[in-house]
Amino acid sequence: MFGFLVRRIVQSVFVMLAVALIAFMMFRFMGDPVNSMVSENASVAEREEVRARLGLDQPLYVQYARFVTRAAQGDFGLSWRNARPVSTLLAERFPATAELVLVAAGLSLVLGIPLGILTALRPRALSTQTLQFISLVGISLPTFVTGILLILTFSVWLGWLPSFGRGTVVDVGWWSTGFLTTTGLKALILPSVMLCLFQLTLIMRLVRAEMMEVLRTDYIKFARARGLSDRAIHFHHALRNTLIPVITIFGLQLGGLIAFAIITETVFQWPGMGALFIQAVSFGDVPVMAAYLVLVSLIFVTINTIVDLLYVVLDPRLRVDGARGAH
Amino acid sequence: MALLTVENLTVTFPSRHGSTNAIENVTIHVEPGEILGMVGESGAGKSMTGAAIIGLLEPPGHISSGEIRLEGERIDNLPPAAMRRIRGRRIGAIFQDPLTSLNPVLTVGDQLIETIRAHLPLTKEAARERAIDWLRRVGIPAPEKRIDTYPHQYSGGMRQRVVIALALCAEPRLIIADEPTTALDVSVQAQIIALLRRLARETGAAVVLVTHDMGVIAETADRVAVMYAGRIVEVGPVAEVLTHPRHPYTAGLMASIPRIGPRPEILPQIEGAMPRPASRPAGCAFAPRCPYRIDRCIAERPALRGTGAAQVSCHLAEEIPV
Ligand SMILES: Nc1ncnc2c1ncn2[C@@H]1O[C@H](COP(=O)(O)OP(=O)(O)O)[C@@H](O)[C@H]1O
Ligand SMILES: [Mg+2]
Repeated sequence: MFGFLVRRIVQSVFVMLAVALIAFMMFRFMGDPVNSMVSENASVAEREEVRARLGLDQPLYVQYARFVTRAAQGDFGLSWRNARPVSTLLAERFPATAELVLVAAGLSLVLGIPLGILTALRPRALSTQTLQFISLVGISLPTFVTGILLILTFSVWLGWLPSFGRGTVVDVGWWSTGFLTTTGLKALILPSVMLCLFQLTLIMRLVRAEMMEVLRTDYIKFARARGLSDRAIHFHHALRNTLIPVITIFGLQLGGLIAFAIITETVFQWPGMGALFIQAVSFGDVPVMAAYLVLVSLIFVTINTIVDLLYVVLDPRLRVDGARGAH
Repeated sequence: MALLTVENLTVTFPSRHGSTNAIENVTIHVEPGEILGMVGESGAGKSMTGAAIIGLLEPPGHISSGEIRLEGERIDNLPPAAMRRIRGRRIGAIFQDPLTSLNPVLTVGDQLIETIRAHLPLTKEAARERAIDWLRRVGIPAPEKRIDTYPHQYSGGMRQRVVIALALCAEPRLIIADEPTTALDVSVQAQIIALLRRLARETGAAVVLVTHDMGVIAETADRVAVMYAGRIVEVGPVAEVLTHPRHPYTAGLMASIPRIGPRPEILPQIEGAMPRPASRPAGCAFAPRCPYRIDRCIAERPALRGTGAAQVSCHLAEEIPV
């Protein structure tokens, strides 16, 4: 277990170094940054002076090493747009995205797993057919369309829920949360529903397929032959085996949620990192883009490591121990 | 009184192209404490008979006629909850593949304790004691330690021992063992059969032992039932049926005994193949392959008849040379 963890962390470090390299290269592809910092009629000497001050005259690998060292400490320099530290900008925006993604992920699990189980246990019921149909629609509609439909229904026609923003937020330390006010909670509903819809249908269908598969296995047949109750068979014997593969997909999708949040945040003018990223793209604000890339990758890598660890915890076959294969 | 009687049992699978009978008019009985061997080619209906007895036919398959009685009480039409209390407690089942019969994510102890507590009013601690005791009885070394390990930490033979413990831990009167050694190493097959026979004797349980291995039948069973294409073609005391088979199909099976190793799924000694349920001939199902076939065999289905312990379903039972 410990060796596995160490191996995963070493792997993760290499992945992050590669990501950092890509982020670092972005600065190059966007043209000579000195151009955007000095006035157009600056002399060559002035330019060289700026270049030296920014360290851009040094060999690339030195620059990369410096980029990595700073990034590791959370320092991504100043935003080219408003000259504020990139780390501060991200820290301001992070809670909004985190809360949105958290609620969406929670919804998709809390609804997706029971619905998947239900539809697996009653494959022929009308409710199952209906859910399967709805989920097919849910999985095929582009998320921005569902977002706009949600706004149209619940904000424009019914007027129940706000169509943009986070409502009132409360600061808890540096974290600004929408969980503590009614408007904050109401504002969370539509965006998190929009964001979770794809994931929810995916989890429901996956749980259903896995559960039906598991219910056909010999060990379930044998459990029935021993006279165990349906409840024990479904929830003690089948569910664990069902959830093992579901967890991997969920972990991968959690990263996807952060990426998809860009669209949701745009549709709902949600003041999160995704919206910040879109702004940065339109202004060519490379430090913010690079920092976003690195941060999101870090979250991806962390989640994947946690998922792999969970997998080992849940599936005893993956645990390496002394007793294995003893006769 | 017989422990189990199955009378004229027919299991039907309806489908869009008309329904088929997986087994037809199966009649067998099992006496307390005896071992009834069941033989027949793959697809003959042995597992289906077992599934019908424990009430676990897979829908849309269902019992379309006939009766099953356990200690005189009808069990083929019980509500699910009542049937569930019979499974494990009064009828235990052992399946073919020990590698897939155990839940991989639960410890052996979890599975045993859960099964014991499903049928017996025991505390967790008492159930655990009983589970350890059963592991010891089926020959698992250091059961106090092994109880908390997972199935993948056992070898195939050891897993089948665990499966046997699971099937027997609530002391059922009847055990249906469906090819319990087919998936195992030849070297451990005999051990498992011996274990099963010893435990059955110790607990007084009767066993329906489904196997391809006529050698095992000869050594282990008291009586043997031969199945062919969904029907019983011959049944009787082992000594009698094996030495004087009266059905040509049984005689053909006997011819395969001297072979060593796993039995062939189809019989090279008898030309042709067993018909599928949908294409079963109107008369005797064995007629197309039978060297002694007469016109009557094709026209009329022979009933299972006979006096005394042995019964056979063949028009020519009296005339065929043995
Ligand atoms: N789901 C099903 N639908 C229709 N027929 C089936 C189904 N399952 C099994 N059968 C038929 O039942 C017959 C008996 O099968 P089985 O009891 O498994 O044979 P055995 O155990 O003797 O090898 C086979 O001929 C098979 O074709
Ligand atoms: Mg079978």
